[in-house]
Amino acid sequence: MSMIDTMMRKKSSGNVARDRLKLVLVSDRATCSPKIMEMIKNDIIEVISKYIDIDSDGLEIQMTQTENENRDGSSPAIYANIPIKGMKKR
Amino acid sequence: MSEVIVITSGKGGVGKTTTSANLGTALAQNNMKVCLIDTDIGLRNLDVVMGLENRIVYNLVDVVEGKCRIKQALIKDKKYPNMFLLPSAQTRDKTSVSPEQMKALVNELREDFDYIILDCPAGIEQGFKNAIAGADRALIVTTPEVSAIRDADRIIGLLEANGITEIDLIVNRLKVDMIKRGDMMSIEDVVDILSIDLIGAVPDDDNIVISTNQGEPLAGTDCLAGRAYTNISRRVMGEEVPLLDLDEGNGFWAKLGGLFKK
Repeated sequence: MSMIDTMMRKKSSGNVARDRLKLVLVSDRATCSPKIMEMIKNDIIEVISKYIDIDSDGLEIQMTQTENENRDGSSPAIYANIPIKGMKKR
Repeated sequence: MSEVIVITSGKGGVGKTTTSANLGTALAQNNMKVCLIDTDIGLRNLDVVMGLENRIVYNLVDVVEGKCRIKQALIKDKKYPNMFLLPSAQTRDKTSVSPEQMKALVNELREDFDYIILDCPAGIEQGFKNAIAGADRALIVTTPEVSAIRDADRIIGLLEANGITEIDLIVNRLKVDMIKRGDMMSIEDVVDILSIDLIGAVPDDDNIVISTNQGEPLAGTDCLAGRAYTNISRRVMGEEVPLLDLDEGNGFWAKLGGLFKK
């Protein structure tokens, strides 16, 4: 089959559905419950506080979608905003 | 000692009740002692699909509240004396029963039956939690459609989180022509996406509508859906059965025969 034929051939709706589902499920499966997010947040505070003084009240973490590099979909990612008060004296 | 199976899906309308009725019937046809339990409190349907709606005296909530003994609530099937139905309540809601009560009820029935089949309601709330409480294994019913598969995936996660690890898949309402045209996901697509073992594939069959109209499950009859349910029951009992060829009736000889009927 020539390259032009392959490019011109439209994807069947069944294949579209399958590919959409695979992406949606990656996101669904990664989304954590609030309880787990709270535990992750506390663990992050504990680890970073060993080296850096941070404002733990101001710490925000959330689960978001980032777009894939090749723009064929998005994947879930954890974003954390960690305000620093100063380095800890060793 | 019985095997307690919950039939669940997440999504509504994909065929849980139909599957419960037909799987139960197929097992009963194999001389197994079967108890069907409708756990959809407030929206009962298993009674009507089985054709037993006129025989309800007591229901699941009555038993749990101690108003009657279990045996008084169990309804013997019209055709198979080795199969019983414990109907749900129509005028209560899902908070009327707790998971602990369901577990106790199921355990009380274990001695008397080979198979206990719990027809789970749609959703992931109290009704679902009640239905899975006493179960040993789960059969997930899905159709080859985006919403149903997505919900089934969530249910798999919830089942595993609740300690149910024996989970098998039934793909229901398959339309072979649409799959061949690429307009419907295939059985392989669905199994690949959900990553659980397949235990059955049931085609979309007009006879299901007729069987529900009449209140007579069609398991064991000669139509494709009937044979599919019989095969599922055999696999549940541990037999290895190859998947039905859902395409028969579309082959060359079938088309030729069809010409002569006109």
